[in-house]
Amino acid sequence: MSTSIIGAPITRIDGSLKVTGAALYAVDHPMDDIAFGVPVASTVGNARIVNIETSIAQRMPGVLAILHHGNTEQLFRPAEQLEPSSRAGEVRPPFEDDKVYYYGQYVALVVANTFEQAQDAASHVKVDYEAHPNVVEIAAAQAPEGPPRIHYSRGSAGEAFESAPVKIDETYEIPTETHNPMEMHATIAKWDGDKVTLYESTQGVVNHQHVMSEMLGIPLDQVQVIATFIGSGFGGKLFPWPHSLLAAMGAKRVKRPVKVQVPRSLMFTTVGHRPLTQQRMRMGATRDGKLVSIQHDVLQPTSLVDTYVEQCTGVTTMLYSCDNVAAKQTLVPMNIGTPTPMRGPGIVPGLFPLESAMDELAIKLNLDPLELRLKNYAEQDESYNPARPFSSKRLRECYQTGAERFGWSKRTAQVGSMKRGDEVLGWGMGTATWHAGRGTATVRVRLNADGTARASCATQDIGTGTYTIFAQVVSEKTGIPIDKIEVVLGDTSLPDGPTSGGSTVTATVLPAVTQATQGAIDRVIAAAQTLPSSPFKRVSAGGDPPTLKMTAGRIHAADQPPESGMPFQEVLAQKRLAALEAESRTAPDPAEAHKFSAHSFGAQFLEVAWDPGIARLRVTRGVTVIDAGKIINHRTGRNQILGAVVMGIGMGLFEETIYDPRNAKPLNNNFADYLVGTNADIPELDCIFVEYPDLHVNEYGARGIGEIGLAGVAPALTMAVYHATGVRVRKLPVRIEELMAGQRTMTA
Amino acid sequence: MEVFRYSQARTVEGAVRSGGAAGSSFIAGGTTLVDLMKLNVLQPRALVDINGLALDRVEPLPNGGLRIGAMVRNSDLANDATVRQKYAVLSEALLSGASPQLRNMATTGGNLLQKTRCYYFRDTNYACNKRQPGSGCSALDGFNRIHAVLGGSDHCIATHASDMAVAMMALEATVHTQGPKGERAIALDEFYLVPGDTPERENVLLPGELITHVTLPALASGTRSRYLKLRDRAQYEFALASSAVVVNVSGGRIERARIAFGGVGTKPWRSREAEHALEGQETSEEVFRRAAEAAMADAKPLKYNAFKIELAKRALVRTLKETTQAA
Repeated sequence: MSTSIIGAPITRIDGSLKVTGAALYAVDHPMDDIAFGVPVASTVGNARIVNIETSIAQRMPGVLAILHHGNTEQLFRPAEQLEPSSRAGEVRPPFEDDKVYYYGQYVALVVANTFEQAQDAASHVKVDYEAHPNVVEIAAAQAPEGPPRIHYSRGSAGEAFESAPVKIDETYEIPTETHNPMEMHATIAKWDGDKVTLYESTQGVVNHQHVMSEMLGIPLDQVQVIATFIGSGFGGKLFPWPHSLLAAMGAKRVKRPVKVQVPRSLMFTTVGHRPLTQQRMRMGATRDGKLVSIQHDVLQPTSLVDTYVEQCTGVTTMLYSCDNVAAKQTLVPMNIGTPTPMRGPGIVPGLFPLESAMDELAIKLNLDPLELRLKNYAEQDESYNPARPFSSKRLRECYQTGAERFGWSKRTAQVGSMKRGDEVLGWGMGTATWHAGRGTATVRVRLNADGTARASCATQDIGTGTYTIFAQVVSEKTGIPIDKIEVVLGDTSLPDGPTSGGSTVTATVLPAVTQATQGAIDRVIAAAQTLPSSPFKRVSAGGDPPTLKMTAGRIHAADQPPESGMPFQEVLAQKRLAALEAESRTAPDPAEAHKFSAHSFGAQFLEVAWDPGIARLRVTRGVTVIDAGKIINHRTGRNQILGAVVMGIGMGLFEETIYDPRNAKPLNNNFADYLVGTNADIPELDCIFVEYPDLHVNEYGARGIGEIGLAGVAPALTMAVYHATGVRVRKLPVRIEELMAGQRTMTA
Repeated sequence: MEVFRYSQARTVEGAVRSGGAAGSSFIAGGTTLVDLMKLNVLQPRALVDINGLALDRVEPLPNGGLRIGAMVRNSDLANDATVRQKYAVLSEALLSGASPQLRNMATTGGNLLQKTRCYYFRDTNYACNKRQPGSGCSALDGFNRIHAVLGGSDHCIATHASDMAVAMMALEATVHTQGPKGERAIALDEFYLVPGDTPERENVLLPGELITHVTLPALASGTRSRYLKLRDRAQYEFALASSAVVVNVSGGRIERARIAFGGVGTKPWRSREAEHALEGQETSEEVFRRAAEAAMADAKPLKYNAFKIELAKRALVRTLKETTQAA
């Protein structure tokens, strides 16, 4: 068996289940005697609850219970500061007290026999508030709370900026953005005695189990979390949110399984978001384009009930070579729900000002923006002292490949100079990066007497193709065809696996799947060597027993062709064994991790077409080149990158959660008013991988690819918009009115 | 959603009888009504289902016009051969609206009556004079980027959401109804009401009065028409500004023009001012721009929607250019 299955564009092994509707998502799990929980959410942003009137709702048909702070036992806070393996989306448990900190906070839960009855009754729960003024706008907020959360400095950035001959000093803003996966957050909670099972839409069943154990106040072994299929999460499902506790509390109260699905409108309030960031970027350079100073200051809201830092400045400290760099991040608590990571947290919002400022600097210097980047190319990661070598960095090749594919050399720098019919074209480019993380995983692989194999791990597939890469590795090692390999994921009763976040799952699980598969093969080989009528004895008559290996599903002498051996299932049959299995736990080598800085890189090129007569802007072309080491599956890998570019177009042109300052409500809390790209907004997109296996990360050389495709899109887009229109958009998203204001002198 | 009674009408007369009862509402495609019922914005006590009525045909009229049954689905109407050929503006408007799934359900009569997308109308926690007369308007000092610049009052600035109705306004359509007092034919321009101090009254229909069909007049040969919808994204979004143009040009002069706008008015906005500025004039960008200025002369910007005025002007100029260029 060749190793070609690693890297091949294998279709998802769970694809047919998904397209036929057979895949069970959280709310799909069949359950006898289930009841439905519908939350009552606050309609004010800052208040004390004076009274919750439930008498009408309580008497409505089918209503089983109404839970609120006045009639429920206190839950507990998570031990996340003390227990490194747990983290909650929001540390305040629901119904902790009579305070309302943000619009959409759960103030009660109605449990009824049917969803319709629960919803009807929920609309008849009347809550009286003693309302206080809301703060949802950064301009109206108090002075920043406490000292900066992040402070970084190397060299003397302030002095170097003052004396720099060429300077940029601009402030950029990314609005609040809301995760909108197709599958909304949901939980089914089912108690059996003092043990609870949670069917959850989560990116981390193991973390969810830990947090639920802590917040419900029951031992870890009394919590099981199952997430067989997840309709994506984009970071919003990394950490548990209060609805999961509501389901558990409701199920305990009514002594029946309870299903709670967060409605789309509350997806905008109660399950995290990417926080707004105001980012001042100061950059100084020599006249020939060498960076001498970068200063990056970030102001960001968090909630009043938890602290979340969007780590925007990390990328600024490592992307370009520069002796003097300073970064500072400050938080402002406001009456909004707690922010949480959204695809590419920190780096995606951090790259927007960094890459935009690079473009503005290039214009000031009269340099091609790509040339400016090459002039300041970081050969080492200078954020460390002393600087660390990169484990593998092929960014220069990404720039060159992308520029060639896109035709970058044909770009004329002057604003509005490239035309096609009535339209003006704009070209932009951006650098993408994402750190290559790897964690710990335990995987079990079982080789069955019927010729099939099974791989299992608690980690989950959030839609990225994790099921499929497990099968690919097992197939590659054993030669068992993909369709005879069962992969079982997303259940805390399986060996511990990582959270699906930070683009780390592939790098994390590959070594464990590999080792566990090899372990299972070794056991079959050991069995083969002890068969009473071993065919391998013949091969080695008179000598030492031969070294055996497994190829194409057959056990054979290493120096003989596979056909000379026997199918592995025959070995098991002769030994009268049902199966042989092995478990393996792998973790990164900390010594290795400190020797290198491991990052993926990429270059992204975009074209926009601007019709000035009707102020219409469309993205018309995109090329993305990614250096992420070995790509394990070119089909799902390409899907990850292109999906991220689509999200980036949305970030650049459409996405913004708009809060009403009067009551802290996100006004556009639905799919009609919160805009993301439609098919008609997305042009043909090109994705190229430059593949240099990064063997410092794992034996396949694969780094993660979940976030990086989004990283450089927004700055490339606003750069293209500037090139076409002359309007520099520093506050996302790009809006028609801003482009029109910039072209007042133009005629229709 | 509140509990409601449901019945199916078998005849127009039966529908009118049942629909006239207090708290009753007709239901056709349900694309607006069911949505708003789920939000408790509309709480009819009884629904009279008119999907069984035989009002689903598009038929040519002896005078050269077209009769469109109230139950003709938006997707069927948009793809009707006669509509595509003779009334392009209508087909284009329909196809620019909503999504294929919604167009497959939405009907001609229902589309004329669709409700606004105003955030504050759709949330019962806000004051809204249209939803609850006398409670106030949350949009006036709210986020009013999507709101109207024409036809608003101190009581309401919600836009009318329909694209189809804008095209029909430029086509000078007539709405035919049957009510407790018999049949009526109402010019579309007189069908809609501006909000004034009664924004809850959006049209002249009386309780129980049912739209049975819409007629379009015949168009002179050589008439050209076009609908252009401008918005943030390419599909599935209501208009920020749209323009419907029906125009006849002869010898470089505009003989007749019918102009309507969407996305900017509290009702589908016919602009006689623009028509007057165009008729008899030569086709030139200067003339088009003058018509656009005339159309928007009375526009009143709010904090966030001033750009719509210029956007609507540009939509008109572009559609005029496209419909008056030599074919």
